[in-house]
Amino acid sequence: MKKKGAQILWEALVREGVEVVFGYPGGAIMPVYDAMLDYPIHHVLVRHEQGAAHMADGYARASGKVGVAMATSGPGATNLVTGIANAMMDSVPIVCITGQVPAHLVGSDAFQETDVTGITLPITKHNYLVTRADEIARVVHEAFHIARSGRPGPVLIDLCKNAQFEEAEFDHYPPPIRLPGYQPVTRAPLHLLQKAARLINQAKQPVILCGHGVLMAGAEQELLYLATKAQIPVASTLLGLSAFPASHPLSLGMMGMHGEVHTNLAIQNSDLLIALGMRFDDRVTGVLKAYAPKATKIHIEIDPAEIHKNVYADVPLVGDLKLVLQDLIPLVEENDHSEWMAQILAWKEEADQRSIMNWEPDGKLHVPHLVREIWNATGGDAIISTDVGQHQMWAAQYYAFEKPNRLITSGGLGAMGFGLPAAIGAWFANKDREVWAIVGDGGFQMTAAELTTAVQEGANVKVAIMNNHFLGMVRQWQEFFFEKRYSAVDMLTPDFVKLAEAHHVPARRVTRPEEVQEALQWARQTQGPAVIEFVVEREDAVYPMVPQGAALHEMIQRPPRQRA
Amino acid sequence: MRYTFVVLVENKPGVLNRVASLFRRRNFNIESLAVGPTENPEISRMTIVVECPNGDTDAHRLEANLYKLVNVIDVQDVTHLPTVTRDLALIKVKAGPERRAEVNNLASIFRARIVDVAPDSLTIEITGTEDKIESMIELLRPIGIIEMARTGQIAITRGTQSGIRRMPGLSNYYETTLDMSEVAF
Ligand SMILES: Cc1ncc(C[n+]2csc(CCOP(=O)(O)OP(=O)(O)O)c2C)c(N)n1
Repeated sequence: MKKKGAQILWEALVREGVEVVFGYPGGAIMPVYDAMLDYPIHHVLVRHEQGAAHMADGYARASGKVGVAMATSGPGATNLVTGIANAMMDSVPIVCITGQVPAHLVGSDAFQETDVTGITLPITKHNYLVTRADEIARVVHEAFHIARSGRPGPVLIDLCKNAQFEEAEFDHYPPPIRLPGYQPVTRAPLHLLQKAARLINQAKQPVILCGHGVLMAGAEQELLYLATKAQIPVASTLLGLSAFPASHPLSLGMMGMHGEVHTNLAIQNSDLLIALGMRFDDRVTGVLKAYAPKATKIHIEIDPAEIHKNVYADVPLVGDLKLVLQDLIPLVEENDHSEWMAQILAWKEEADQRSIMNWEPDGKLHVPHLVREIWNATGGDAIISTDVGQHQMWAAQYYAFEKPNRLITSGGLGAMGFGLPAAIGAWFANKDREVWAIVGDGGFQMTAAELTTAVQEGANVKVAIMNNHFLGMVRQWQEFFFEKRYSAVDMLTPDFVKLAEAHHVPARRVTRPEEVQEALQWARQTQGPAVIEFVVEREDAVYPMVPQGAALHEMIQRPPRQRA
Repeated sequence: MRYTFVVLVENKPGVLNRVASLFRRRNFNIESLAVGPTENPEISRMTIVVECPNGDTDAHRLEANLYKLVNVIDVQDVTHLPTVTRDLALIKVKAGPERRAEVNNLASIFRARIVDVAPDSLTIEITGTEDKIESMIELLRPIGIIEMARTGQIAITRGTQSGIRRMPGLSNYYETTLDMSEVAF
């Protein structure tokens, strides 16, 4: 049957299982927006295209499905760029569809023409320029396949306006895929599995490093089984948090620059690292030449280009983490590492004495305490989306994540402005679940306009603004490494309560610890979005911290009983 | 050290840009890159000569990253294998009638050909390995090179042996996994 290109696009999206699209219309994509009215896909009108990309990203992380963002040519497409780069760095499957000028005008600097496939080439897993209607069905199907398979990532489809208008045959879906160069490896060879198992069975001080890949592969059960069978402690990267229950006795929490002391010490003293779906980012390893010097490394990873990139893998197992672990676990023997665990716990006890959690109340609001209060109020079961900065690290450190995909945060790119839109996206993935955005006063202002998107959609998203009137993380670096010469970090903030109310969102300001619980309950009981501004201690710092260029065990720890 | 890769890619618009962009993005310097059709019209063949300061480590990294490009079908490292490699140069030298014999002599030593004669210039065509072409250029320099064009190297392995295919990034661990006859078009 003949259909218009714009219709074929929606036919294909429906068949790919798309339920919601985050977007913003404009000249070059109008035929698509017109055809949209006839299809059962919900469109969320964002306030800035960056928000659309982050919402698609948050949706994808919370649902495990592919998120879809849509924008017009030129400025619409360039506004998506940060969100696409973010999805690329964190391996999140999204498909972005942008309008493009008609094919005969491509290359002529036509109105709102931008070389979008050129701009996004290094920040997409793959991209397409579609000039004809009869290519649309195949390209959409390939795009979804590429986005979600192998190491997931963003795919962009730049759709010329003429292709949206023109007609083409649309009979069967999915059309055959022709990707001769795209064959992700899924299983590892037996001899390497055996080698890995031997190392695991012999190790005295092993540590499992749990990365984002565990969540992406849905391998949480396999991880739990491996860890408990061989009694191996599990440290998580920022993006790996929530894959392994924080309350589990083998859980070591977060590793890396702001990782816990005992976690980093465990890694540095380990004799075997079993890295699962992670890429030894510099924020995780500290300086490479001093990283886990005694440890043999097993690296299980879907992306072959990550093997040996930063850390040499003695046993590289390339494949789908879930399948590789399923193959590996039967070869691993039951084991006991109680001596090793005791050592790690001793480190923990020592470090805990400095924890801000053991402070006497000082009448001020501290973000770590607030995160704990949010944990208490939500039963530890909310989806927490964060922005970027100190509050992000505190959320990661103190919201003890129990269930998978409860933390949604911008890891690799560290894109301020991510928190609120990602929370809205996550809510669309699971409307019954409680969703909190924990954001800083700086980052929140970058995408605050999405508050009205939340209102318009009835998105039940709660926003906790941790207002220290500073670009806190940058201030902290200036305090530690630039002799406290504060440069461009002192920030006048708007009246966030009025700002929220102007967006039709009920809001409150909290300045004292005794108001916290009641405010949280108020927000939870409010229908739809709600905002709480917490006016927090201005110059607190995130501890521990591994300074850039230092080894992972060379942490700056919180000064004992520090009072700000 | 210099490495030579033979890369088979889908013959589609923009693929050359993707490959070139990858080398830039990953901070590698391309010495030469030659692209052309193969016996299969849907596949193009690139011969890429690239400086790899960290030797095999870099070579692994490049291969693995090339495979991340959806349009890249096959990557072979032919650096350490017996190959036939050829570069073609057209060299225009300043030579009036009085020096033609000299240039002609040089050309015949190198089995090069004179392909254009003008009143005060000669154009020489030479094919061969890079070394051979470089030596010829050195000898022509004193005579006066007006202009020169080179194709960049192309390479093919000798006999039926193919280049080394490390499964992306993993030297020695995987055998060749891709049988070209299985590539479905
Ligand atoms: C888009 C963007 N610009 C700049 C930065 C650099 N940066 C990282 S953290 C930070 C401060 C964030 O301040 P705020 O949002 O108030 O959060 P806080 O650190 O105070 O919790 C900045 C400027 C960034 N990560 N992203």
